[in-house]
Amino acid sequence: MIPFNFEYYEPSTIQEAVHLFKVLDDQGKHPLYYSGGTEIITLGRINEIYTGAVIDIKNIPECSTLAIHNEKLILGCALTLSELHDSGLFPLLGETGAGVADRTSRNKITLGGNICSQIIYREAVLPLLLTDSEVRIAGPGGMQQVPINQIFNQKLQLRKGELFVQSITDTSYIHMPYTAVKKRKVSAIDYPLVTIAAIRTNSMIRLAFSGVCSFPFRSQMIEEIINRHQIPLQSRVEEAVNHLPAPILDDIKGSAAYREFVFKNTLFDTIRLVGGG
Amino acid sequence: MRDGAHVVKIELYVNREGRSVVARPADTLLHILREELGLTGAKPGCNNGDCGACTVVMDGWPMKSCIMLAVEAAGRQVTTIEGLRDTPIQRAFAEKWAFQCGYCTPGFIMNCHALIQNRPDATDEIITDWLQSNICRCTGYKEISEAVKSVLVTGKDTL
Amino acid sequence: MSHMDHLEVVGKSILKKESPDKATGRAKYTGDYTESGLLHAAMVTSSYAHANILNIDTSAAWQVKGVRTILTGEDSHVLTGEEIRDRPIIAKDRVRFFGETVAVVVADTEAAAKQAAYSMIVQYEPLQVVNSPTQAIRKGAPLVHPNLGQYKAADGVNPIPGTNVASLIKIRKGQMEKGWSDSEVVIENTVSFAPSDHAAMETRSAVAEIRPDGHIVIETSSQAPFAVKKYMGLYFNIEPGWIIVKTPFVGGGYGGKAAIQLEPIAYLASKAVGGRKVKIINTREEDMVTSPGHIGLEARVKLGSTSKGEITAAEIIYWFDGGAYNDKSSDVARAAAADCTGPYAINNLYCDCMTIYTNHPYASAYRGYGHAELTFAIERAMDALAEKLGMDPLELRTMNIVTPGDTSPTRNMLNSSNLGDLRECMRRLRNLSGWDEWKVKQVDANKVRSKGISCGWKNSSMDPNASSGAIVSFNPDGSLNLECGVVEIGTGTKTVLAQILAERMKLDPSQIHVKFTIDTAITPEHWKTVASRGTFMGGRAVLKAADDAIRQLLDIAGCVLRVDPEDLEVGWGKVFVRSDPAVHVDFKDICYGYTYPNGNSIGGQIIGRGHYIQRQMTYLNPETGEVGPEWNVSAQAVEIELDISDYNYKILKAISVIDAGKVLNPKGAEGQVMGAMSMGLSFGNRETFIFNDQGIVLNPTLRDYPLIRYGENPEYIVKFIENPCLEAPFGARALGEHGLIGMPAALASALSRAAGVHLNHLPLFPERIWRTKMRVPYDTV
Repeated sequence: MIPFNFEYYEPSTIQEAVHLFKVLDDQGKHPLYYSGGTEIITLGRINEIYTGAVIDIKNIPECSTLAIHNEKLILGCALTLSELHDSGLFPLLGETGAGVADRTSRNKITLGGNICSQIIYREAVLPLLLTDSEVRIAGPGGMQQVPINQIFNQKLQLRKGELFVQSITDTSYIHMPYTAVKKRKVSAIDYPLVTIAAIRTNSMIRLAFSGVCSFPFRSQMIEEIINRHQIPLQSRVEEAVNHLPAPILDDIKGSAAYREFVFKNTLFDTIRLVGGG
Repeated sequence: MRDGAHVVKIELYVNREGRSVVARPADTLLHILREELGLTGAKPGCNNGDCGACTVVMDGWPMKSCIMLAVEAAGRQVTTIEGLRDTPIQRAFAEKWAFQCGYCTPGFIMNCHALIQNRPDATDEIITDWLQSNICRCTGYKEISEAVKSVLVTGKDTL
Repeated sequence: MSHMDHLEVVGKSILKKESPDKATGRAKYTGDYTESGLLHAAMVTSSYAHANILNIDTSAAWQVKGVRTILTGEDSHVLTGEEIRDRPIIAKDRVRFFGETVAVVVADTEAAAKQAAYSMIVQYEPLQVVNSPTQAIRKGAPLVHPNLGQYKAADGVNPIPGTNVASLIKIRKGQMEKGWSDSEVVIENTVSFAPSDHAAMETRSAVAEIRPDGHIVIETSSQAPFAVKKYMGLYFNIEPGWIIVKTPFVGGGYGGKAAIQLEPIAYLASKAVGGRKVKIINTREEDMVTSPGHIGLEARVKLGSTSKGEITAAEIIYWFDGGAYNDKSSDVARAAAADCTGPYAINNLYCDCMTIYTNHPYASAYRGYGHAELTFAIERAMDALAEKLGMDPLELRTMNIVTPGDTSPTRNMLNSSNLGDLRECMRRLRNLSGWDEWKVKQVDANKVRSKGISCGWKNSSMDPNASSGAIVSFNPDGSLNLECGVVEIGTGTKTVLAQILAERMKLDPSQIHVKFTIDTAITPEHWKTVASRGTFMGGRAVLKAADDAIRQLLDIAGCVLRVDPEDLEVGWGKVFVRSDPAVHVDFKDICYGYTYPNGNSIGGQIIGRGHYIQRQMTYLNPETGEVGPEWNVSAQAVEIELDISDYNYKILKAISVIDAGKVLNPKGAEGQVMGAMSMGLSFGNRETFIFNDQGIVLNPTLRDYPLIRYGENPEYIVKFIENPCLEAPFGARALGEHGLIGMPAALASALSRAAGVHLNHLPLFPERIWRTKMRVPYDTV
């Protein structure tokens, strides 16, 4: 039961959505773009989020695109994590997304919703970071396409009124060896202690992380350390810990000390699984 | 009128019947099913998407009706437990003793029903992936497993 | 005429009578109740574990459209509690735990009530928090209840005013000095776990109205509607006849719904709006922390034994974490004290069992009623002793178990009727678990497998005057109606009672119509649907009601058939002459009186009534003992596979062997035991409230308080032996709780062996094993 009221809008074009946002914002209604909406509903119920108007973007055709054009995989932000998984078009994204929540919830949780969530894990972004994907962002100034590694810093750096519409991934990445490993505290369904996604390009292992720090990230520094093949893997893993971008998370899912232990184990396993370590 | 108001009229299709309701856009589908349509089979176990007791089937897929707004269901085909009658999975739940208190049962049955329709050949891995969306506090899950496998094509041999 | 042999119905897996309703979503639970004009209540709950309430600003809340009333602690001065009257219905002046009800809003819609609740501003003055039993008993600890000495306490509750001890029970037996001097080996072991939750899938709810004629009608998701009637009368000084309590199906209880908590709130709310009907339904968060949960424990067990393993002395100290209010926690502790040694014959015994007040959510009954808790403490100590002696842990247990001729901790004489056959359970367990290969086995480079065992016993604690009643009536077709006060909480008890009735009447169980909904105005009382007493007490009442009906049937049939009723028998819907069954009259022709061909009629409606009260129950007296009904026993094992590189583990197999006395419905019994095992494993493996250092519960949702899910369950093996209890219907012993009792201990035993450390604190998160192994101390989180 969401205690407050909000208005519901269902635009059919991006322009309309962006325009609506501006109008509603000007009216002081704190509008939110609404995709799967699971977070708005659950945080709204406990009064931890407020909005006077939601703009449901699921009926905008671009937001539900699932297509390959000119060797680019285009994924709409309103695709559900289940759809992404079942399509099999981007196995790393499908499997990383399949670690989020549970299957029925993933029938509702969307790519855009997960990446733009307040909850800190945003695991669906990891494959996009690894594959140097680009994202299409719609805003008052029109549509722009930017590399995700440029615009994603802890979270997607959207300005007010901007909407993440699609991701674009070069299909050459999709066939590279990959792995995604998620470690949880105890239960089969939970937030991660540590999630690591990895791909192996011709020469390099790329790595992206969630759950380790209070935001997901891909680290060039850690990739550089891990790819120093002349050094024993165990030493590289030990060294990687020293180059995390922020303190290790310490919360009810696991203490920082235990997370570090799990992180090292998982990193070690990930590299062996993806090969070339 | 779909846009902009604090109370809207929604045309729902529930259990193959058209139902017109007036609701707040902020109302969840679960709330409207229970309070407006009197369909109390879907249960508010957590209202947080965690327990699956509110699961319904929408356009063929299991959905947690507590994390969906009623307005989102407009124009879609919604099936609740009340829309199933004498299906194999309902019979299997009774015959295999797959419930005790019965509170999680409608959600479990709806999820199983969607699984059977979508993936009649589901492997153990897929069954587990789907059914981990629901919590049963009374049984040890063994009877639920037996029930769903007795209906799935793949499960019949292993029982 | 099909012929039914002895025990034709009892012992068969008759499908549950409620199955069609439950498989179609038609089964109604309290929260499903709705009608136009119904008002909704929402709570404001405390964000502190211990604080003075300085001010509650309700002005913004009153501005919300549709608000009808707002209640705070000022609106009622009643203190509630079954054992100690220590709890205000709404917190007054002070909050004592995170989640305590501070205010209640009643409004036209649920949304308005919630919105108003969120608009309320409560000013607190934080107080020092008592965050564990250890902290509570320290010198100078803040007092959770400075007025403890002024509260009313029930018989057998021993509060110590000026401390945080809500009740102290002492059990003494034999001579400790002799016990220790006879011992050649001594071990001491401490265990602990924090409070946790029942997590029934149905959150608690209540609907109350006060009718113009003065009747107070409460519909509630309760395991104890008759207790609600009794205590509401007591708390508000109302004659119980004016209180009507109704309970439909209940969505899981496990003890948590035996507590009285939402009902008085709903009543106060209704009273404040002129008696209109008001509904309150817990959010999941409220159900976890505002309503009572599962008790915590800190315990120290010291055992002495001979070098051969014969236990000569035990010193046991239990500090139960009952939380901020006593509710049933001192009674849970009493039950644990009475069975404090576990199922072992220990002649020299010293036990202090304390219920401690802390600033934690308070505890009510929880499946097992103190026994999974004491068993964890005792069984971990038994393992420590076996290790020190270099003995097979199963051998050590077998050597010391209670057998007929021994006495209980409270010096009751045990015999083969009041005590289950644990030796036979253990013999079966040994084979089923492959115990002879109990030592840790290496599976591959990182994985090891190991097994753990646990033995348990449990007496059914209840009020000494607890009783049960049943009414059997007839339909014109000769079929029967059964009405009794057992609440259908998922145990299938009403189907079992129908089987008992069918058996006695020699009828097909389809001819028995069962009424599920309880209405205390007309349903015969069943004390509470707790303590695994439904089948025992309800069954005895049903048998008596059946005999009463049979006597009436025989009387009228004797007239009709012109024979001595003593020559008649009932069966298959008829009364017939024993020596000549062809001479008979159908139930349907006599159950509403018999009409002769000329219209003359005799007799009338036949209504069978039955009741049962457990014999010779007494209040616990540590000197003379508690004559409990009977001690039922189980032997259990768990097999796990541990990955020693990361301390993750799988629970592979869980086994229970239980003395069921007589299995009345095999599938039902097996399901009860497996469900209890699952609950016990979930408790041992993952369930706990996580408190920060201010006593705030950080995980009051099913997202952060995980329960075992599909596929995480082990393979279950459940076996019964049948050594009858002579007082029970058909010999059937209690079994709804026993599956749970040994699971945490057996899991800890298996994991300790595999990890090579002593795991004495629950739950057994992989992080906990890692910390124990690495000697990284645990802080509050």
